[in-house]
Amino acid sequence: MTRTLNPRFSFDTFVVGPANQLAVSAARTAAENPGVSYNPLFIYSASGLGKTHLITAIGARARELAPELRVEYLTLEEFVDAYHAAVAAGHGEAFRSRFTDVDVVLIDDVQFVAQRLETQAELLRLISHLLAQARQVVLASDRPPRDIEQLDERLISQFAGGLVVDIAAPEFESRLAILRRKADERGVDFEGAVLAAVAEYNARNVRELLGLLNRLIAFQAVNEGALTVEGARTLLGLESVLQEDVETEEGVPETVPPAVDEFADFLDSVGSALARQVDAWRKRIEESVEYWDGRGYRTKRLERLLTEETPLGAEQAVRAYEADVEHLQALAADMAELDPPRAGDPVFRDPERIDDAEAAVQEAREGAGPPPGPAPHLTFESYVETAGNRVAVTAARAVTTDTSVPYNPLVIAGPNGVGKTHLLHAVANALAVRPEAVVACQSAQAFLDQYVDALERNRLEMWRARHRHATAFLLDDIHLLSLKPGSQEELFHLFNALADSGRQLVFSASGPPDTLDGIDERLVTRLQGGLVVELPAANREVRSVVARRELNERLGTTDDAVVAYLAEQPDPSLHTLVEVIQRLAQELEASGEDLSLALARRVVDGDAAAVTRPARRSRSSGVVMSPLASVRSPEKVVWRWPHVGDRLIEDMR
Amino acid sequence: MSLVNFTSREITCKIVYYGPGRSGKTTNLQYIYGRVPEDRRGRMVSLATQTDRTLFFDFLPLELGSISGFTTRFQLYTVPGQVYYNATRKLVLQGADGVVFVADSQIRQLDENIESLQNLQANLLEQGIDVRTIPLVLQYNKQDLPSDLILQVADLEEQLNFRMVPAFGASAVVGKGLFETLRAISERVLRKLSEAQPA
Repeated sequence: MTRTLNPRFSFDTFVVGPANQLAVSAARTAAENPGVSYNPLFIYSASGLGKTHLITAIGARARELAPELRVEYLTLEEFVDAYHAAVAAGHGEAFRSRFTDVDVVLIDDVQFVAQRLETQAELLRLISHLLAQARQVVLASDRPPRDIEQLDERLISQFAGGLVVDIAAPEFESRLAILRRKADERGVDFEGAVLAAVAEYNARNVRELLGLLNRLIAFQAVNEGALTVEGARTLLGLESVLQEDVETEEGVPETVPPAVDEFADFLDSVGSALARQVDAWRKRIEESVEYWDGRGYRTKRLERLLTEETPLGAEQAVRAYEADVEHLQALAADMAELDPPRAGDPVFRDPERIDDAEAAVQEAREGAGPPPGPAPHLTFESYVETAGNRVAVTAARAVTTDTSVPYNPLVIAGPNGVGKTHLLHAVANALAVRPEAVVACQSAQAFLDQYVDALERNRLEMWRARHRHATAFLLDDIHLLSLKPGSQEELFHLFNALADSGRQLVFSASGPPDTLDGIDERLVTRLQGGLVVELPAANREVRSVVARRELNERLGTTDDAVVAYLAEQPDPSLHTLVEVIQRLAQELEASGEDLSLALARRVVDGDAAAVTRPARRSRSSGVVMSPLASVRSPEKVVWRWPHVGDRLIEDMR
Repeated sequence: MSLVNFTSREITCKIVYYGPGRSGKTTNLQYIYGRVPEDRRGRMVSLATQTDRTLFFDFLPLELGSISGFTTRFQLYTVPGQVYYNATRKLVLQGADGVVFVADSQIRQLDENIESLQNLQANLLEQGIDVRTIPLVLQYNKQDLPSDLILQVADLEEQLNFRMVPAFGASAVVGKGLFETLRAISERVLRKLSEAQPA
């Protein structure tokens, strides 16, 4: 929350004279050894004598010496506003903790604490806390503590416990030095005695002095020839006011104060107020970027604001951004209900794509969300074609190339591990490249799970609609729907709807349709109505090709002897083969050995028991297995292991 | 509110001087007018009756030049203080970004001050603005009058400033406290900028 300190206000730019020497020494000490001496440091002076300059300089110097120090500068009014806002929001404690890590606290315009008893109590608490932690506290006011109306005695004594120091109006020499320095800064030269003449005027404060200087500079800029002492006096009307001493009675002047450049002062203060706002906005944006970026949201929109010279309107930009994020969160929640996997889509993390997110939700709501697609790596290119599977592969290719839907449905039958799933996905991938294609390709287990999920969420219509607008429907391992009448019923209606509108249907099954147990007759006859192709068990040739490819992909190397050995294994399943190669890869990585026949033998022998125990694997091909399907028994999930007692009772029944 | 125009990078702040009749609102503007260099001020528009009472309103546009990259303009308005010009007051108050309430420090004017303050609150509320949210500054004018005729700042604070907004003792005829008032209201209005909605 630290406000940026005005860089113009440093000790280097502060003119030191007898009137402010003590204050400056104390300020320097406080800046160079914060919290050690003069704590709290209370600086007071009439307006325009450099209080703000001095306390800002303390912050700047402290930070220059120890950049890790946290310095907070704020006016009392900002303190009050922040306190009230925190109390109103019920975050009083958060407000307090805001200052717990601050090393140097600079509070300006403390006189406004007058009569504000609550604020005084909070200020007292804050200062006591900071002093106890040996943090430096510096306060500036336009009057000494005793003169602040109704100031709590405890605060007065606390201030007195540090150092209370005043800045008096500059005397002639300091005025002259200030005028010279400012004229220098502005790059203006005056005749020797001109500035001295101005300095003779007993300006009440530095602002007034600078106002006079500004008028001289403006006059000299538009007039040829240097300004004379008399000219300057006339211009500033100093003859009339030099001797004039404005007395005040009860704080009210009886006569008109000298006409200093009040408008220039006003411009100055408006300028710095606006500059403060700009700094505050920049800070606000940075904090927001950090916050939302940390929560995984894209913050480009806010970052762009930071590159602008003056990010005005940041607060509303941040609010608009936050509103959009909130909207996105709501959309993501909707999507999680409608289609859980898509709730993680990046569009729900990018407030600039809120329209896309809305469209996606709308799409999901209308059931138009894309159905599950094929695995992209299972293509015809990577499929090993042999004499044994040529009929099946040719038929599969025909389905993808011939738009007249020659075989509908195409049923790919065969035992486990012969490449049914691969072929099915290859067909799906080939169909998916057609223009406007919407290809639904999934395992029967996933189909079943989604159906149950849709039932549970009461979103059956949506689930159906999603499938019904598919241009092709491919279902792997249809035998897994055995004895699942609900799913079969759904599939039956879907089959009819799609087939009637000429959409391609492809199924894989563990055997020809009429051999499938537990599948409804009406489905069986429909499956038989197209083309049923059988894939034979993978022969040695196929297994060699697959073994070589897998070894290459997983290990980046191959070995003829190992390939031959793996292809000769008695289990014809390609799944088993791939599994063995996976283990081989793990073993190689663990042992650091090179690929060798001996190692392959060791892995295969070690796995012999597993390899010869096909029942250990699911009957599904496993490519698009739902995560639920692979852990159907709770015993496989360690954290849900049944209590042994429950198990005994179960067994006893 | 029409504070910030992002396209043209302009800030325009409308500040309304409100208060009972004869409290010195027009004098405030006249003094400011006199202190602003000619190139920075527009023509001051005053619609006054023959007896110099404000009939409609005073309007003083100020060009503050480019501040932090924004062309900044302040428009100062006064309202007619007399009770029967309430419709005009409502009109002038529309779209105000900040209000300076100029109170008359004379003891006999206390009721008028309170009544005008209540009128301000009611007129703001009619526009859907809560007096607690709009930048507001009080000015206790005529502090130069003999002390037996006026209430001191502390008393006026007690009577009028129950919202604890910034308040300034002032003497509009000699210009005391006027720029302090203007500075305070400007700072509060600008501080509100960060919460403002774009035009």
